[in-house]
Amino acid sequence: MVQLTLPKNSRMTRGKTWPKPEGATNLKEFQIYRWNPDDGKNPSIDTYFVDMDSCGPMILDGLIKIKNEIDPTLTFRRSCREGICGSCAMNIDGINTLACTYGVAEVKGAVKIYPLPHMPVIKDLIPDLTHFYAQHASIQPWLETDTPAPAKEWKQSTDDREKLDGLYECIMCACCSTSCPSYWWNGDRYLGPAALLHAYRWIIDSRDEATGERLDDLEDPFKLYRCHTIMNCAKTCPKGLNPAQAIAQIKKLMVERTV
Amino acid sequence: MAYLTDRKRALGLGSAKTGTAHFWSMKVSSVALLILIPLFVFTFGPALGGTYEEILAYYSRPWPAIVAALTLVVGFKHFNDGVQTLIEDYVHGTANKVAIILMTCLSYGAAAIGVFAIARLAL
Repeated sequence: MVQLTLPKNSRMTRGKTWPKPEGATNLKEFQIYRWNPDDGKNPSIDTYFVDMDSCGPMILDGLIKIKNEIDPTLTFRRSCREGICGSCAMNIDGINTLACTYGVAEVKGAVKIYPLPHMPVIKDLIPDLTHFYAQHASIQPWLETDTPAPAKEWKQSTDDREKLDGLYECIMCACCSTSCPSYWWNGDRYLGPAALLHAYRWIIDSRDEATGERLDDLEDPFKLYRCHTIMNCAKTCPKGLNPAQAIAQIKKLMVERTV
Repeated sequence: MAYLTDRKRALGLGSAKTGTAHFWSMKVSSVALLILIPLFVFTFGPALGGTYEEILAYYSRPWPAIVAALTLVVGFKHFNDGVQTLIEDYVHGTANKVAIILMTCLSYGAAAIGVFAIARLAL
């Protein structure tokens, strides 16, 4: 039976409340999940106050300010700060999203920040995405052909190229897969919305010649059919993509080649 | 903790090469129920509250009896397939197999009892 409550050592406690910066008038409260693998303690929620008059507008700006000026031990991933690398995916105000593209002003009250749900935590806001990446690699996200590569390039019509719109933009931030209850309960076997969206991106690519093998590899009650169109993936995607639709398209192709 | 590579862990036992039949069967029974449920409601409705003799006479007619029997059979097949998915979602290991077997017995048992009852009325 799946575990519906947090294990004892994952239950959160109230952590440290850091002092408010002196002289600041425009304060925003940040409540942030903290967990250190080295101290043997349960996770805690630390409270910070950020002076928004001297801080950028995005959640990531707030986090960087906290790390630079209040608590250098706060640990999180970030890189591009413009929503293209997917590093700073985390659960902000109850939504899986990118800290760099989510505005502080979008959150009413305290900003509550947790790591992506239901993933092993490495430290603080950093989830272990090893299995997620391995699942992505398992769908072979590259062009597969038997025909020898042409001297110049694989040609693709404008119409066929348009079929990849809404798919190629995925940045693998894992917001969708970690928002999916099916992925929470069966993430060891269910590929999850992100990997399946990528799988469809290659299935539908007019240049790819492994369509049948790709469908064969996905035809499985767990790898594909755990999707029950809950739609959390489409709701949470910070890039506005619709993985649920891609999964539905894969299912349609499965039926098409059977019935 | 086994020393498996990340790729091996992700691939698991590979694809079962099945699942589409179950998915399609759910779609087919859904469409069938979309037609059968209203028919059942409208054939069962007039019989509601009748005396034993009236019900016996009503369900001796082929149309209400066939609609009721089909609704029960297709309904419980759909129920069985749906609950199997539910069990696969939440129950793992041996309990998963036991729950699926019990659910299958319950579904087909309930369908058989329903069909027998209708046959008793109709024949």
